[in-house]
Amino acid sequence: MAKIEINVKINGAEHRAEVEPRMLLVHFLRESLRLTGTHIGCDTSHCGACTVLVDGRAVKSCTMFAAQVEGREILTVEGLEQDGKLHPLQEGFFQEHGLQCGYCTPGMLMTGVAFLAQNTSPTEDEIRHAISGNLCRCTGYVNIVKAYQHAAAQLREGGV
Amino acid sequence: MPKTSPEIGGMGHSVKRKEDPRFIRGKGNYVDDITLPDMLYLDIVRSPFAHATIKNIDTAKALATPGVLAVITGKDLAAYNLHWMPTLMSDTQMVLPVEKVMYQAQEVAAVLATDRYTAADGVDAVEVDYDPLPVVVDPFKALAPDAPVLRTDKEGKKDNHIWHWEWGDKSATDQAFDEAEVKVSQDIYIPRIHVSSIETCGCIASFDKINGKLTVWMTTQAPHAIRTVFALVAGHVGLQEHKIQIISPDIGGGFGGKVPVYPGYVIAVAASVLTGKPVKWIEDRMENLQADSFARDYHIAAELAGKKDGTLTALRIKTVADHGYTDAAANPSKFPAGLFHICTGSYDLKAAHVEVDGVYTNKPPGGIAYRCSFRVTEAVHAIERMTDLMAHEIGMDPADLRMKNFIPSDKFPYKSALGWEYDSGDYAGALKLAMDRIGYAELRKEQLEKRARGELMGIGISSFTEIVGAGPSKHFDILGLKMFDSAEIRVHPTCKVIARFGTKSQGQGHETTYAQIVAEELGIPASDIAVEEGDTDTAPYGLGTYASRSTPVAGAACAIAARKIRDKARKIAAYLLEAHEDDLEWEPGKFFVKGSPDRAKTIQDIALAAYTNHPQGMEAGLEAVSYYDPPNLTYPFGSYICVVDIDKGTGEVKVRRFMAVDDCGNIINPMIVEGQIHGGLTMGLAPALYEEIQYDESGNCLQGSFMNYLLPTAVETPAWETDKTCTPSPHHPLGAKGVGESATVGAPAAIVNAVVDALWHLGVRHIDIPITPAKVWKALRDAGVSE
Repeated sequence: MAKIEINVKINGAEHRAEVEPRMLLVHFLRESLRLTGTHIGCDTSHCGACTVLVDGRAVKSCTMFAAQVEGREILTVEGLEQDGKLHPLQEGFFQEHGLQCGYCTPGMLMTGVAFLAQNTSPTEDEIRHAISGNLCRCTGYVNIVKAYQHAAAQLREGGV
Repeated sequence: MPKTSPEIGGMGHSVKRKEDPRFIRGKGNYVDDITLPDMLYLDIVRSPFAHATIKNIDTAKALATPGVLAVITGKDLAAYNLHWMPTLMSDTQMVLPVEKVMYQAQEVAAVLATDRYTAADGVDAVEVDYDPLPVVVDPFKALAPDAPVLRTDKEGKKDNHIWHWEWGDKSATDQAFDEAEVKVSQDIYIPRIHVSSIETCGCIASFDKINGKLTVWMTTQAPHAIRTVFALVAGHVGLQEHKIQIISPDIGGGFGGKVPVYPGYVIAVAASVLTGKPVKWIEDRMENLQADSFARDYHIAAELAGKKDGTLTALRIKTVADHGYTDAAANPSKFPAGLFHICTGSYDLKAAHVEVDGVYTNKPPGGIAYRCSFRVTEAVHAIERMTDLMAHEIGMDPADLRMKNFIPSDKFPYKSALGWEYDSGDYAGALKLAMDRIGYAELRKEQLEKRARGELMGIGISSFTEIVGAGPSKHFDILGLKMFDSAEIRVHPTCKVIARFGTKSQGQGHETTYAQIVAEELGIPASDIAVEEGDTDTAPYGLGTYASRSTPVAGAACAIAARKIRDKARKIAAYLLEAHEDDLEWEPGKFFVKGSPDRAKTIQDIALAAYTNHPQGMEAGLEAVSYYDPPNLTYPFGSYICVVDIDKGTGEVKVRRFMAVDDCGNIINPMIVEGQIHGGLTMGLAPALYEEIQYDESGNCLQGSFMNYLLPTAVETPAWETDKTCTPSPHHPLGAKGVGESATVGAPAAIVNAVVDALWHLGVRHIDIPITPAKVWKALRDAGVSE
């Protein structure tokens, strides 16, 4: 199958690659670049375990082709920690016990990064709607909401 | 109050989880994250029919696809006698079929290719010629005399009945019913559901032809038992137990779904053995939902007898259990219906009798738990629904009826009518706390006011008793393997510790909680203790993590092993202090001479001495292992109160409040316990309101993806309220009971009871779960409320 060349910035680093037109972005990240923090949990864009940021927007990377990210900038969970400092959301998930098996966590984090960039004073209801495209089977969401609130408070104080 | 300081981090401290730093950085290590050199990919051809003869499998086009290396069929496996395998219930299951398929999405052939896309191309190119056969999806029709016999592989099998099982005193129960002043009866269907951990199942099998060693990284909750099963199934082709290594890496949720051996695992192993290359098989979500083990599917006919004053006397239950085409449940061997006979629940009943019949149908096999201990949820659902029915029938408040019939706290240990010995409990205390916390009396007032205005509000209670920690070897085994579990603790010279277990965490936080148990017993900081599980080459043998057994069994083993170390440490301390060991006292982290607290040796001093200056005549080192055979099961309990509001126009049920009071005995890590309860409650909400897997008459799965199998999102899930009482287990070394599944077991009945409570005055007596808006709307329409 003919391949397509893509140039894309991922977690701050430039990448050039040749990909099959049908290759999903999530497989490109996980298998070509070995960025396995982005997970796969369904076939129908419901679970959100594969969420990454494309030009700052939260995207389910199982629903996008690698070929579509030409010239764009991607942030995955591996790019959240900066200079040894956790992102406030990562800190929030740790402090508030916002994760158990950890499988949905990267998607929950990336959805939150995009969401809190727009709204650092969310209500609980707004948070619950923001994560309604991310399924978690372990936590019952209570502590994920608290993790978002923890991060929002830190962001309001200018933590990052 | 914790006995240790926060720095030590023993029991009772909400120690932050050791697992989290890797997970929040995307550095977990799940099966699909692992890539080996020259690894091949396996994908599976699945049947579109629920019952059909396979006339031919044409692999030519698939094999002509560039990158496809092989297509494996049942005939290929039959050459090695690997086309059938035993289930955990000693039934048989096809790995790949030779003659016919028995359910939609059953594995038919497997394609081996250089990458996952090519493997999928190969699957598309395999052409299978089927001849459809009559399909049986209804277990009652399956039991009819004219039903087609499904298991034609079983010589002489003339029906679809698997087994009949009964328990309890039938004549005493019948007599109690004959004498009863009041009787209520209800058919309750607990539908087929699926655990749907967000990580699906999969493996990488890697066979080293030179050394004859097979390594399998796989999504399993029970790596040791799986290794033994592999050895028993494939020993005749040279795979023997010492040459099999099962590694269960990070697991993205289990809930029971990762206990069984699925055909995909076995095919991947066969493919690796044949090719000598690593083979990865990862199922997708639709395969996971349509083919992996289901849970529940119990058709329960329950009757409860009592007196007009609300005294409950007897319970009688008959159940038809739909197992799909083979009995691939994961129950202890002796109990084909699991621990369903805990169904007398929290009540002091004089008599009870239970019958269950297992039935074959053209559906996927299973009968595993869905975050519960072997059918406890079905049992709790039945008794808690019946208790509520009785209360409403005689016009008594459901809380009062429960209080009247609870096993009194001074009657423990309590022998139930069905033979279980409950270890400890204070059921009235838990219900009272739940009522106080939620404001029960005010809610009843509010309900009356709302009802007068025509608004629908319901309050439901579930006062459940669980039975976990399987189990005592006298009664509990799986395929003959006794259900003990194990811990091995090694204290190194610098007093840093590695502890290994026969269990396997799938999110429960074992790396943290087991370290806290060691910290509690030895006074070594939890941060100095590394916990490992899941590698059969290094961990001691154990039966794994499911049925809330890790804390009750392996947690106990951990405490016992640590105490063996402490006993040896005492001897070393006596030697170092030149004192008699009887003159030493222990406080977390050190021994000191009675009356002379300055004459002390810390556990760190002792650990070093164990390797550098141990007493002559004593073996060096500071290590211990324990294989713990629990003397009894543990019986966690709780009382949940749910408040629902129902929209008369749409039939939508909204859970407004949900108060969960749990009692799991002594708590290791309060933060983790609360998290487990939050998650468990959500997996109780899910089947109560949303989840069900149904089949049409042709055996087509109607909820085969997340498009229509509805996991609750954060929007549907209420903000859970929790509280606790603490009644330690008298027989567990730490007084702990286990908690991971309590909430899933207890929650559904509270929700259903709340809905029925809201609708009782309209003549509604019962609604089967999931309580969809359509079901409620129909009930309201039948009552003349909705149009």
